[in-house]
Amino acid sequence: MRLVKIVKIETLTKWLDERLTISSVVAMAQKKEVPLHRHSIWYYFGGMTLFLFCVQVVTGILLLLYYRPSSESAFESVQFIITEVKFGWLIRSIHSWSANLMIATLFIHMFSVFFLRAYYPPREITWLSGVFLLFIVVCFGFSGYLLPWNKLAFFATKVGTEIAGVVPIVGRPMLRFLRGGDDVTGATLTRFFGFHVAVLPATATVFLAIHVLLVQLHGMHVPKKYEHNYQRMKFFPNFILRDLIGWILAIGVLAALAALFPWELGEKADPFAPAPAGIKPEWYFLFMFQTLKWLPAKILGMDGEVLGIMAFNGVAFLLFLVPFIDRDPENRRRRLIFNVIGVIALLFIVVMTIVGYVT
Amino acid sequence: MRYRSYVTSWTYVSSVALMLLLCVVAQAQKKSSCIECHIKLEDTRLSEPAKLFDNDIHKSRGLSCNDCHGGDPNADTKEAAKDPAKGFLGKPKTLDIPAYCGKCHSDANLMKRFNPSLRVDQEREYYTSVHGKLLKEKNEARVATCISCHSVHGIRSPSDPLSSVYPSNVAETCSKCHASADYMKPFGIPSDQYPKYKTSVHAKALYEKQDLSAPTCNDCHGNHGATPPGIASVANVCGQCHARQAELFQTSPHKAAFDQKQLGECITCHSNHAIPKPSDQLIGTGAGTLCISCHSSGDKGFAAAGIMRSRIDELIAGIDKSTAILTQAERKGMEVSKPKFELKGATDALTHARVLIHSSSTAEVEKVIGPGLDVAGKGYQAGMAALGEWRFRRQGLAVSLVFILFLAVLVYLKIRQIEGRQAANTVTRS
Repeated sequence: MRLVKIVKIETLTKWLDERLTISSVVAMAQKKEVPLHRHSIWYYFGGMTLFLFCVQVVTGILLLLYYRPSSESAFESVQFIITEVKFGWLIRSIHSWSANLMIATLFIHMFSVFFLRAYYPPREITWLSGVFLLFIVVCFGFSGYLLPWNKLAFFATKVGTEIAGVVPIVGRPMLRFLRGGDDVTGATLTRFFGFHVAVLPATATVFLAIHVLLVQLHGMHVPKKYEHNYQRMKFFPNFILRDLIGWILAIGVLAALAALFPWELGEKADPFAPAPAGIKPEWYFLFMFQTLKWLPAKILGMDGEVLGIMAFNGVAFLLFLVPFIDRDPENRRRRLIFNVIGVIALLFIVVMTIVGYVT
Repeated sequence: MRYRSYVTSWTYVSSVALMLLLCVVAQAQKKSSCIECHIKLEDTRLSEPAKLFDNDIHKSRGLSCNDCHGGDPNADTKEAAKDPAKGFLGKPKTLDIPAYCGKCHSDANLMKRFNPSLRVDQEREYYTSVHGKLLKEKNEARVATCISCHSVHGIRSPSDPLSSVYPSNVAETCSKCHASADYMKPFGIPSDQYPKYKTSVHAKALYEKQDLSAPTCNDCHGNHGATPPGIASVANVCGQCHARQAELFQTSPHKAAFDQKQLGECITCHSNHAIPKPSDQLIGTGAGTLCISCHSSGDKGFAAAGIMRSRIDELIAGIDKSTAILTQAERKGMEVSKPKFELKGATDALTHARVLIHSSSTAEVEKVIGPGLDVAGKGYQAGMAALGEWRFRRQGLAVSLVFILFLAVLVYLKIRQIEGRQAANTVTRS
């Protein structure tokens, strides 16, 4: 009986292998190695971000079973999910917490890649796809925040889209495109829902595939300092099992956060109600929000807010250009300049976020 | 042809310009010798009217001194301006004031020119008031006339917050006479209405909440026809706003009893000027309740009062208990907005029950208390369920974390096993 079973499994494996060439994938995974040095810990953050993205996809699909994207029923449907649906509260809280953790790990991943110079040739496109993914994930956060259609989300979206609207020339059409009209209404909700569950996931899948494929193609980057002095670890099973421990612990953290600090639903959005006092965006937009708040009304005769938004757009554009500006591993001066810029940027984000949170 | 057209156009434009210039000059020449002279007078009694008139509603509608006092405002001398031949009337006597104002304000055709929606029955109504009757029938000049309330020369629209008859200023205006014990002494009426009113629930609503719909003196006593409501009509006065309570009282056994004993319907329990905020402490059979002032142990009313109070107390306790447990669950992060909203049904029932006690029927009160208690009970159950769910989540988390940690340790041990085997293989190979 046991022999029959083994024979059958072997037959099935062989059948699949002939069609999918699984054995070559397994051989490649077994052959793949991960560099071991002082900074190998940062390699885990890419995998962790990917894992949290998968959590988002799974919990998002589960939420879709009950969510209704209209201004009349969105809030009520989320309320139904967290009060009536079995473990709906857990799924919704994990979706919200995981989104925030994913953005946090993504920032860590990006800064670690930046400081370890993992964008040096031939990894420019890997960096570009990563920056695209960063902006896509931020868009996920912005569009998903409105979906429960509560008071805070409504006014945060109003403020957020207004900021986008002050950009010269393209601002106004962009604002109307985002809102589906002049104001944040049910049309905005439907639109954001479309972005959140269709446009952004499709785009993210494409860039994610490119990103992961390129990481496999080029292997993991080894910082110059350890280029001739590092050990290797097998990707499968050594590295992947270590990744697995991280993912298992991440599930534990998510479960604890969801159970101890369930994500609040708040009050239903009322377009005619006054905006709540001290309204703030999500933490990952806080540093930009705080900067715009501090900027004077006029800078060199120009509108301070417009100038600030243009500056942030410029920084975003420069982020794409990083691997094309700093491309020579031997240029120590440029490396120093980039380190200083990176540290200043990191400090700026951290300090402004804390100030924005405290004030 | 073209030249003629040009000349014609030029002539037309010049004519229009000349006419406009003449109008401006005529406007500039329109003068009021009354204001010009009176404003310079040292005697404030004579100069004040000229100053006050600047803010007067009549001035803003294009009227001037002579429209009330007669005379010629274009005259250059005092004698010519105050020439009786030119209709000069001077200062009217107090007895003549209602007719003086009524000359225009009772003329529907005239008033339509200024404000078609303004009533024209003030003078007629005034003579139905205690003030008007005393003035007309007893020539009593100390009573209030138009100018006593509306002021004179600086008269503002009643909708102007600075007007003496703006809702929040009415009580103070009435109190100028009615709060003076000396002034009221000859008329034999008390002078404590204003201080009493200031302590009332109505005054709190008007002054503290700025609720202009809250009643002030004229809402109960009337304005131009101001009269104290008699015992027979006081319920109608209160019933203008408290319609449901008044209606229930009419069907209650109290109606006949109050009529028989000549008691004022609402004011017997709630008082008149110093009406306190009604509380549940007013009903019942304990010390300090109103019911025991007429009812005593053993009669039907006494029993009914006791039942109604105890049922209301039960509902309040039920609501408090449910609110407390739902708040506790909410503080623990549980989503209870729906049961909290539904609990408003019990609060509504309580409000309704407090109105229904005016029927003095325990059966009527019970009709809303019962369902209200059911709603409160459901709120409590929802709160208990939320707390149960909260405990379940904590326990579930503890179990899950143990399992997750166990799994992580297993994977860790597996790594060690694999790496141990790999190291052994490397040693064997080397």
